[in-house]
Amino acid sequence: MEPLDLELEATEVELPVEPMLVNVGPSHPAMHGTVRCVMELSGESIQRVDVQVGFLHRGFEKMCERGTWTQVFPYVDRCNYVSPMLNNVGFAMACEKMLGIQVPERCQYYRMILGELARMSDHLTCDGAMAMELGAFTPFLWMVKARDLIWDVMEEETGARLTHSFGRVGGMAKPPTNGFKEHVRAVSAQVLSIMGEVERLLFGNRIFLDRLEGVGFISAEDAISLGWTGPCLRAAGVPYDVRKAHPYLKYGEVDFEVPVGTNSDCLDRFLVRIAEMKQSARIIEQCIERMADEGGVNVDDPRVILPEKEEVYSTIEATIQHFKIVMEGLKLPAGEVYSYSEGGNGELGFYLVSDGSGTPYRVRIRPPCFLATAGLERIITGQMIADVVPCFGSLNMIGGECDR
Amino acid sequence: MAQHLVDLVRQVFPAAVLSTHAQHGDETVVLAASAWEEVHRFLKNDARTKMDMLTDLTAVDYPDRLPRFEVVSHLLSLEFGHRLRLKAAVGDADGEVVEIATLTALWASANWLERECFDMLGVTFVGHPDLRRILLYPEFQGHPLRKDYPANKIQPLIPFREVDNIEKVAPFGVDEGMSFGRQTHDHWGRSEDPGQGWSGQGGPN
Repeated sequence: MEPLDLELEATEVELPVEPMLVNVGPSHPAMHGTVRCVMELSGESIQRVDVQVGFLHRGFEKMCERGTWTQVFPYVDRCNYVSPMLNNVGFAMACEKMLGIQVPERCQYYRMILGELARMSDHLTCDGAMAMELGAFTPFLWMVKARDLIWDVMEEETGARLTHSFGRVGGMAKPPTNGFKEHVRAVSAQVLSIMGEVERLLFGNRIFLDRLEGVGFISAEDAISLGWTGPCLRAAGVPYDVRKAHPYLKYGEVDFEVPVGTNSDCLDRFLVRIAEMKQSARIIEQCIERMADEGGVNVDDPRVILPEKEEVYSTIEATIQHFKIVMEGLKLPAGEVYSYSEGGNGELGFYLVSDGSGTPYRVRIRPPCFLATAGLERIITGQMIADVVPCFGSLNMIGGECDR
Repeated sequence: MAQHLVDLVRQVFPAAVLSTHAQHGDETVVLAASAWEEVHRFLKNDARTKMDMLTDLTAVDYPDRLPRFEVVSHLLSLEFGHRLRLKAAVGDADGEVVEIATLTALWASANWLERECFDMLGVTFVGHPDLRRILLYPEFQGHPLRKDYPANKIQPLIPFREVDNIEKVAPFGVDEGMSFGRQTHDHWGRSEDPGQGWSGQGGPN
């Protein structure tokens, strides 16, 4: 059979390309959550894209306005549900800033250890899911195994594996268990060794690296303008970490580094998270050394801390105190506050407005990954359609936090 | 910590600053709504402030006050590490006309933050390029974070959306929410008679 285009120059042969609309999501195995991307494709490259979020909106900010300040904890748990402890602590810190109270040193270290464990579990989930979406299923199982070890600690401490609701204004729900330090040490070492195996599995894999390297670039200026924080911003080379820039708890006293990327691509975002896990392990080690074995974890302030159950059942004063805190709620002074901490995805902010009654007037949660997802449009426009998967995975969009 | 910023804003915009406070250590400037964009632009570009990140933008509803809504922004300078909160009151008592200038020309993050604020509280950002609902669906009635929106309100069921040439589609239409609309290419490569289908001829020259 004779070829038809023998006399044509290669440049004249042009395939008819018409822009095509492709819907991905809201429920799609590659979408890492419930997000919908409507893309206009020319061939395989993305001309325009509309990213739609909100499919997991549950109206938390409205619900927060109906209960007491303490009743907000379960809601913030369900924002970033892969690192709920960081949200718990972040919200507790916002209320404490308003009340002007400082938790005891033991509690600060306890919060830091649990928080860094939660950060590790957050990064494990993100990196694992990212690898899985690119076809590397084994590393995902490895990382989920590591995450499960962390959740064992959480279960031991809080009684729940996923949504702990463990934070309290002025302390924590329970003091550390007896074997806490040994347990955390063992788990942290195990997680690091599993991460070593994962790195050997992935970084010798040409396909994995090729799909991440140079994909999803964003300049540092754009990232800042988009309000990116956390690992995504640090991968762009900006060493902004709330724990370093505005130290809270005892982060000013522990020794750790802020890993930054150089190329600002998907691979850097992946590597920054791995490096941060190692830094988290360093922080945990130092906190374990410094945390006292004895002493309370709650402030000595009857306005915010529930009395011991024994006393509630035996004395009238404690019964009244318990009743006032539970039924009327904590009386946060009237006014407003913005408190921020480093969540799994970046700066987790709480803007609280109180009218002095026991019920929040307004609870605004500043979700770091809402703004990261806002940048998805920018990083995938002009890329190939196959790049959407690693780009989206590298932003670590957590539906619950993004949509609230 | 950032008291010098408050002083600076007061000095540069004496008419625009209505009041200031530093409750719980958060420096706050309450602005006249008309100066909203101008003050933000100054804070972003001035060498002494360099507020390169719009961390958060939201609004609070105070039904008893007039103007009724308070738009709140939180700025951060990565270089200096200082933060500032700016507020401006806007809106009539009914919440019908609630307008403030957009900040999308200054920070890219303002795009989605303002869309969320519009969605949740019904604040219209004048000049926003793409102001539509973001967390809720287009048929949603009301703005849920307003205080006069009952928390237990039930939204009406939405009928199937009508899309040309398709008899019945799910509520999520193929081009739902897209700012650029649905593209058709019927003029190209297809014969006029739909029964005939793809002709295999033609195309752009």
